[in-house]
Amino acid sequence: MEGTAVRGRLTWQTATVGAVIDETSKVRTLSLDVPDWGGHQAGQHLDIALTAEDGYRAERSYSIASAPGEPVAITVERLDDGEVSPYLTQDVQIGDEIEVRGPIGGYFIWDPPVSGDGPLLLAAGGSGVVPLRAILRHRGLVGSSVPVHLLYSVRSQAEVIYRSELDHLNQEADGVKVIYTLTRQQPPGWTGYARRVDQQMMAEVAWPVASGPLAYVCGPTNFVEAVASDLVALGYPPLRVKTERFGATGTP
Amino acid sequence: MDALEDGVLDGNAIGGMLIEVFGAEMTTAVGICGVCGTRGQVAEMPVYQGRMGSVVRCRVCDNVLMVFVEVRGITCVDLSGLASLS
Repeated sequence: MEGTAVRGRLTWQTATVGAVIDETSKVRTLSLDVPDWGGHQAGQHLDIALTAEDGYRAERSYSIASAPGEPVAITVERLDDGEVSPYLTQDVQIGDEIEVRGPIGGYFIWDPPVSGDGPLLLAAGGSGVVPLRAILRHRGLVGSSVPVHLLYSVRSQAEVIYRSELDHLNQEADGVKVIYTLTRQQPPGWTGYARRVDQQMMAEVAWPVASGPLAYVCGPTNFVEAVASDLVALGYPPLRVKTERFGATGTP
Repeated sequence: MDALEDGVLDGNAIGGMLIEVFGAEMTTAVGICGVCGTRGQVAEMPVYQGRMGSVVRCRVCDNVLMVFVEVRGITCVDLSGLASLS
């Protein structure tokens, strides 16, 4: 069946690494040239497969970091005991070929006309910011005026992914506010949040329920569980809280 | 309903494999637990992944809803914990 991709079916294909950007000491963005890419939505992911010389094959899911219409990009955090992320964040070179399939997912997506015009609450734990960044970029590219709060929980300022882009949005973009909570280490003079998310923080950051907000929560499972249950306790309808849980990467 | 622990994923993580098995996007499909009747989207169901494959459980009663095991490139599927999936 090689070379006979059926339209609408998901098939593995070969992507070429086009560019590499180091975001932090452990996080890297790779842009991928995928010849037969059908286009993606903000919030979707793709699967990557690496096959070892002995035939052992490891597959992982990565959120797409770029907006619809932009070249495909993923942002990968290195897990020191990982099977795939050390290669993608340390060894991979521009021009290398990797197996991908996608786009994948119909649940954790933001599609402006369909998703309505209520304000967006984006909540990220660590590298959970990646699909939310795709949503923010999409919002900018389509000229949406939907108000957005991004709450980003991360251990320290040095671990903030997309920091200059987010700070720029915070200062320049109409209707976008980025709120950090630095859970382990804060720079001198820090006046922002410095603790793990809790219900009080969510009450301060979340849009009022009456405004018809839509929430996207992405991060390690314990982060997502805490934020989602706080939002529901604040009166958010569960159907308006979309969640995506990552594998264990420590507590952001 | 207890909070899930770190390391437990959700149905988003197996979206690609589900397309391979069912031939369609399945994370927005709604499953009903065959034991307690809880209804939910696949994307929100707890998923336990291991070398052998993936186990999808009911968020409320912990019943095993779906099991996917890959053997020599063939995915074996057990959906007997579900009352329905649509």
